[in-house]
Amino acid sequence: MSEVVLRVEDLRTSFFTRVGEFKAVDGVSFYVKEGETFGLVGESACGKSVTALSLLRLLPEPAGKIVGGKITLDGIDLMTLDKKEMREIRGKKISMILQDPMTSLNPVYTVGDQIGEAVRLHQQLHDNMVEDEVISALRLLRIPAPEQRVHDYPFQMSGGMRQRVVGSIAMSCRPRLLIADEPTTALDATIQAQYIALFKDIQKQTGVAIIFITHDFGVVANICHRVAVMYAGSIVETAPTSIIFKAPIHPYTSALIHSVPHLDRRDDRLYSIEGQPPSLLNLPPGCRFAPRCPEVMDICHKEQPPTVEISDGHSVSCWRVK
Amino acid sequence: MTELLLEGRDLKKHYPVTKGLLQRTIGWVRAIDGISFTIEQGKTLSLVGESGAGKTTVAKAVLLLERLTSGHILFEGNDVYNFSKSDLKTRYRPSVQSVQQNPWSSMNPRMRVRDIIAEPLVVNTTKTKQETRQRVLELLDQVGLAPNQADYYPHEFSGGQRQRIAVARALALNPRLVVLDEPVSALDVSIRAQIMNLLKDLQEQYNLSYLVIAHNLATVRFMSHSVAIMYLGQIVEYGDAEDVFTQPLHPYTRALMSASLLTLPEDEDQSISPIILSGEMPSPLNPPPGCRFHTRCAEAMEICSKEEPELRTVGNHQVRCHVHEDPGVHPESS
Amino acid sequence: MLEKDSDSETAAKPVISGLSLQARVLRKLTFIIPVIILSLIILMAIFADLAWLGLPDVRLAPFDPEKISMRDRLMPPFWAEEGSTDHLLGTDKMGRDILSRLIFGARISLSVSLLVILITSFIGTVLGILGGYLGGRTEAFLMRITDISLAFPPILVAMLLAVSMGPSFTTVVLAISLLGWAPYARLIRGETLRLREIDFVAQARIIGASPFRIMLKHIFPNIINPLIIVMTLQIGLLIITEASLSFLGVGIPPPAPSWGNMVNDGRNLVDTAWWISTFPGIAIALVVLSGNFLGDWLRDKLDPRLRQL
Repeated sequence: MSEVVLRVEDLRTSFFTRVGEFKAVDGVSFYVKEGETFGLVGESACGKSVTALSLLRLLPEPAGKIVGGKITLDGIDLMTLDKKEMREIRGKKISMILQDPMTSLNPVYTVGDQIGEAVRLHQQLHDNMVEDEVISALRLLRIPAPEQRVHDYPFQMSGGMRQRVVGSIAMSCRPRLLIADEPTTALDATIQAQYIALFKDIQKQTGVAIIFITHDFGVVANICHRVAVMYAGSIVETAPTSIIFKAPIHPYTSALIHSVPHLDRRDDRLYSIEGQPPSLLNLPPGCRFAPRCPEVMDICHKEQPPTVEISDGHSVSCWRVK
Repeated sequence: MTELLLEGRDLKKHYPVTKGLLQRTIGWVRAIDGISFTIEQGKTLSLVGESGAGKTTVAKAVLLLERLTSGHILFEGNDVYNFSKSDLKTRYRPSVQSVQQNPWSSMNPRMRVRDIIAEPLVVNTTKTKQETRQRVLELLDQVGLAPNQADYYPHEFSGGQRQRIAVARALALNPRLVVLDEPVSALDVSIRAQIMNLLKDLQEQYNLSYLVIAHNLATVRFMSHSVAIMYLGQIVEYGDAEDVFTQPLHPYTRALMSASLLTLPEDEDQSISPIILSGEMPSPLNPPPGCRFHTRCAEAMEICSKEEPELRTVGNHQVRCHVHEDPGVHPESS
Repeated sequence: MLEKDSDSETAAKPVISGLSLQARVLRKLTFIIPVIILSLIILMAIFADLAWLGLPDVRLAPFDPEKISMRDRLMPPFWAEEGSTDHLLGTDKMGRDILSRLIFGARISLSVSLLVILITSFIGTVLGILGGYLGGRTEAFLMRITDISLAFPPILVAMLLAVSMGPSFTTVVLAISLLGWAPYARLIRGETLRLREIDFVAQARIIGASPFRIMLKHIFPNIINPLIIVMTLQIGLLIITEASLSFLGVGIPPPAPSWGNMVNDGRNLVDTAWWISTFPGIAIALVVLSGNFLGDWLRDKLDPRLRQL
C-alpha cells in the first residue's frame, strides 16, 4: 500500500525582525503519502508558502528560521542534514514549482539548458544521455515537438507552455515529493484545466506525492485528495476533500467555503466573514480565529484549542469539538 | 422601460505591427474585431474571457484611454467621438468612472486617502473645501470605512480596504456607469465576498450600471444581468446572464464553465466529463480562418474552418457558431 | 497575476532585518560620518565670516584669506619645525593663511555647487517630465537636445565660455550649468515614462485631470526620491568640476581662495611646500566621498532600483 513520503510534526517557523518575531508557522503537522495530492489552502499570510519553504529549508536568512518541529522524508529527518546533503535532496527528492512561470525561468538560457542543469546536478550522466533525459522530461509534461522545443527560449513560449517547462524541470529527476505553490494562479481557466489534468496523469504515472498550495477551491476540488485549511499560521482543519466541501466542521473552513460564489446557481448575496486576519506579530492568546468566529465561546479567547481527530483522516482544532 | 445608457456598435481596435528601420506595417493585431453590446441604466454587463480575448481593450475604449480603429460608442444615444472637449469634461467623464484591478498601483502612494477620493471633485466641481470634505466622509461611510482613516496613506491599508477606497473614489462624481476591471481578482477569497456584496448594494442604492471585466465565471454570475463571452477579439455568446449560464451554447463557453465548476472527485463520474480544450488561444496577430475557435473545438465541422460565423439569435440569447444554432439539439452542461 | 499583499497588516510593512549588531552599526556610520563632515563644511562656509550679516569683523577664519604677508610666506603647518600656531596649516607663497583660505574656499566651492545643482535639477526635471509625459514630438525634440548636450565635453565647453566671457563666479556657474541639466533630464524622463504607465495615472485621466495637473500632482511627487539621490551624488562631481576649472585657470579667478585655485597655487611646490596643495586636496576628497556615501545611503533607503547608478 502507499507509504508515507513526508511527515511534518509540529513545525514552527518564525521571522525575526527589528519589530519582533513573526510566527509565520506555529505548530503545523501533516503527512503526505505516495501518489497522493495534499492541499494546503488558506488566504494571504496564513503560512502556506512559508511552510513550503521550510520543507525545503529555503527560508530567507538570517531573518527566517525554523524554530521547532520535525520534517521526515522517507524516514530521514531533514533537520539533521547539513547544507550539502540538503542541496542533494532539493531537486532530486523534493522539488518545487512556483507561481510565476516568467520569473521562474532564466530568460537568457534555452529551455533545454535549464532542464539539463537540473538533470546534471543530480544524475551522473553522459552529455548525450542528458539530452535524452531532457526530452523525456518535456514529454512527460506533454510538450509537443520536444526535440525542437529544447532549443527555445522562455520568451518564445506562452504562459501555459512555460509553466510546463517549469514542471519539466521539477519532474526531471523524478522526485518523491513535488511542492506546487499556486502554480495555476497565473494561468487562464482553460489552460489551468489542462495543466491540472496533466498533473493528475503524471501523478498516476510516477507516483509522486504532491503538496498543492492554493487559495482556489475549484482547483482543490479537482486535484487534491486531502486538504488542510490554514489560518494565521496554524492548521484549523484537515480532511479528505469531499468532507471539507460537504461537511466542514471548523467555522473558518465553513465560512470560507460559503463565501465562494457558485457557478451552478445564482446567489443573491455572498456570505462574508467580518474583519481581518490577525497580525502575526501580536497573535491573540486563544484561538486565532476567535475575534471573527460566528460561534465563539469564552474559552476560545483564552486558550488555543487542541487538534482532535474526529474520524479517519479528519482532524479539527476547535473548542466546539471535543 | 429602462433606458439605454451605453451602447457599443461594431467596435474594432487594430494595432499595427511594424518592422524595420522605416517602420513598415507588416500586420495588424486585431485586439477587438467587431464588438457590439448595450448597457442599461442600473444593470451590469460582464465581459468574460481569458487573456488575449480583448476585454480590457473594450474597457479602455469606453474609458477613452484608447482610440478605436472603427466603431461607435454611444452614450445616451450620442456618439462619444462627436462630443466636444467640454462635453466630454462635463457630461461623459463624470458619468463614466472606473475601479481598477490592482489596488496597489491604482492610487498615488504619496497622496492621502482623503485627497485621493476628493480629486475627482477638485478637478470637476467648484465645491468649497468644506463641501468636499463632507462628501469624502460620506463616501467613506458608504464603502464601510471609518472617518479617521481619511488621513492615512494607501500603504497603510490592506488590499480589500484599498479597493473600497477605489470604489469611493469612483462614486465621488455620482457616475452613471462604473467600469470595473477585475475588481476582486487580486483579493483574498473572504474579502472578495465583502467587496462583491458592497458593489451589489451600491448598484441597488444608486441605480448604477456596471461594465465588469472578469475571467472568473462564478463572480460574473453573481454580479451580472447580462454577459458577453469573448474569444480572440470577438463576442462568441451574448445575452442575459441566467440564460447563458443555464443554457450555454458555444463550445468555448461550455469549456470555460467546465473549467470553472467545482466538481468533487467522486461526483466526476456522475456529472458530465470535464471539457478540456487542446492547445492555446492563437495570437490575435493571426487569427485562424473561419471560426476563430475552430482550432480548439472538439465539435468543429468543415464549414468552421472556412466561413466565419455571425452572431445570431438562437433561443433566448445570441451565439456565434455554426454548430450550435439550434438550442433544442444539444445537451446542457449544468 | 498579482502579488498578494498581506491582508492582515494594516500598519506599514515591517522591514525584515536580521543583521548583526556590528553590521547595523557600520551601516549607520556610513550615514552619520558623511553627514557630520558635510555639516561641518557647510558650517565652515556659513561662518567663514559674518559680513553677510553685517558683521565684517566676526570671523571663524583666523585671517583675511587674501591678506598678503611676505614676511610669513611658505610657513609649514604648526607641527613642523618652522611652523607656528598662528598659522595652523601654514601659509602659501604670498603669505596667505592656508586655513583661512580653506574655510573661505568652502564657501566658494559650496556656493557654486549648490547653485549649479539647483539650476540644473530644475531645468532637467521640467524638461524630463514634459518630454516623458507628453511624448511625441515634444519628447523627441527634448531628447535630441539632451543627447547633444551629453555629447559635449563639459570641461572644454566651460573653458570656451570662460575665455569668451572672462572668468568669474557667474561664468563658472553658467558654464557648468549649461550642460549639467542633461543627466537629470534623462533620468527624470525615464522615471516619468515608467510612472505614466502605472494605474493611478490612468485613473487620473479617467477622472478628467489635465496633463498639467497629472505632471504636477502625480508624476512629480513620485520622482522626488530619485531626484534627491542624484542631486546628492552630484555634490562631489561638481566640487571636482569647479576645482578642475579653477586649476586650469578658467574657473574662479584668483586671488579668490577656491580650492581649485589653492591646489593650482601649490602645484609647482609639491615637493617643498606640500601643504599648499595637499590640504585643499584633502578637503575636496572629503566632500566628494561624503557626498557619494550619503547619496548611496539615500539611494539604498529610498530607491533600491537605482543601484546601477
